[in-house]
Amino acid sequence: MRSLSIADLWLILGAIRWTVALALTALVIGSVIALGIAVARTSRHAWLRVVARIYVELVQGTPLLGVLFLLYFGVPMLMGIQIDAFTAATIAFSLSAGAFLGEIWRGSVESVSKGQWEAAACVGLRRWHVMRHVVWPQAARVALAPTVSYLVQLIKNTSLAALVGLVELTRSGQIVAGSTLAHLPVFCGVALCYFAICYPLARLALSLEGRMHVARAH
Amino acid sequence: MSLVRIESVEKHFGDNHVLRGVSTEVAKGDIVALVGRSGSGKSTLLRCVNGLETIGSGRIVVDGVDVHAPSTDLALLRQRVGMVFQSFNLFPHLSASANVTLAPVLTKKITRDEAPALARQMLERVGLGQKLDAMPSQLSGGQQQRVAIARALAMSPQLMLFDEATSALDPELVGEVLRVMEDLAREGMTMMVVTHEMAFARRVASEVLFMNQGRIWERGTPERMFGAPQTPEFQQFVQSVV
Repeated sequence: MRSLSIADLWLILGAIRWTVALALTALVIGSVIALGIAVARTSRHAWLRVVARIYVELVQGTPLLGVLFLLYFGVPMLMGIQIDAFTAATIAFSLSAGAFLGEIWRGSVESVSKGQWEAAACVGLRRWHVMRHVVWPQAARVALAPTVSYLVQLIKNTSLAALVGLVELTRSGQIVAGSTLAHLPVFCGVALCYFAICYPLARLALSLEGRMHVARAH
Repeated sequence: MSLVRIESVEKHFGDNHVLRGVSTEVAKGDIVALVGRSGSGKSTLLRCVNGLETIGSGRIVVDGVDVHAPSTDLALLRQRVGMVFQSFNLFPHLSASANVTLAPVLTKKITRDEAPALARQMLERVGLGQKLDAMPSQLSGGQQQRVAIARALAMSPQLMLFDEATSALDPELVGEVLRVMEDLAREGMTMMVVTHEMAFARRVASEVLFMNQGRIWERGTPERMFGAPQTPEFQQFVQSVV
């Protein structure tokens, strides 16, 4: 056992970059998947809606940690290739973000009133133009606040990646606490780091939501 | 030749038989007022004319196009048939000008460079030349509805459909919208107007259709209809709304 040192602080602060990198990568890749899911779920073609729904239900019905373990421990057994912890976590979190964001965005598209679709159709716009110029811009405003809220969840959930050995924020705390046994101050510090990242985002989501309500009240 | 031909149209909403063998014709330049109690089928009939609603049987032909034929390109048809809704349905994220020019630009009726001039021309036509850059949320109900009319006119439609265009407005704002509609009528626009404004129907319409229980119950010129209503149902209706 040794006492806490400044090096421990640097280890923990340095690990933030992996937490942020994982959350942002998953957000970007997840958004691409989510866009596809939202489009497919609101499509006129039944088979697209079915495929997207199966994806969403599969992802939402399985624990993220289970998927992460499957990718990190299961895939090598099956295919004989080892994926590193960051890649495995990125894939798992992207798949998850794709499903959850996809559902948020689908709901946003569906929140645009029927009157808007009809008005756009009645000036002779084709479906693609209706979506692109009338429905999506309005849905995006609705989606913004819950999307930021989801990002907060995503950042906190990246701590699961500690369990496959990715030295992100939580794992770095475990390492420091393991060698110093100073669990209380270390994990208080780790929690503070999460809070410092998430709190501004949560406030942002709240204020975006407030602005939405003001805009709608008019 | 008539611009709109409606032949024996039947329509159900589930068990509700909303249109029962409706037939009529609208000639170019006609102003047809559709009146009747709520639930009589007048709005549904109007929505069938531009294909917003499907029909069970019968046929509707607009400007030579069979609206409900599977091969019909509804978007193309609707570029020639304007519609104005009770709830305005302006695009809330776009300025008055952009509401007006969105469809003409996207359907390549005009170029992007021509858009500002068209927006000005159309909004001046409905008395809103000062509100080019206003957002819908900054406009009164009457102004919003006039922008909606300008938006429809920007596509130079052959036919305009008005679905209770003044029903959602505060009483003091009804007049400004009716005046715009009267101007249009005077310019020779063909119009089908679902309305509760009997004075407007009487003054402007070339024909009044009274709908009841999904049928055209009584029809005629406004002078005849309001001067000497024939069926007891229409007599009652006239008494109840005047």
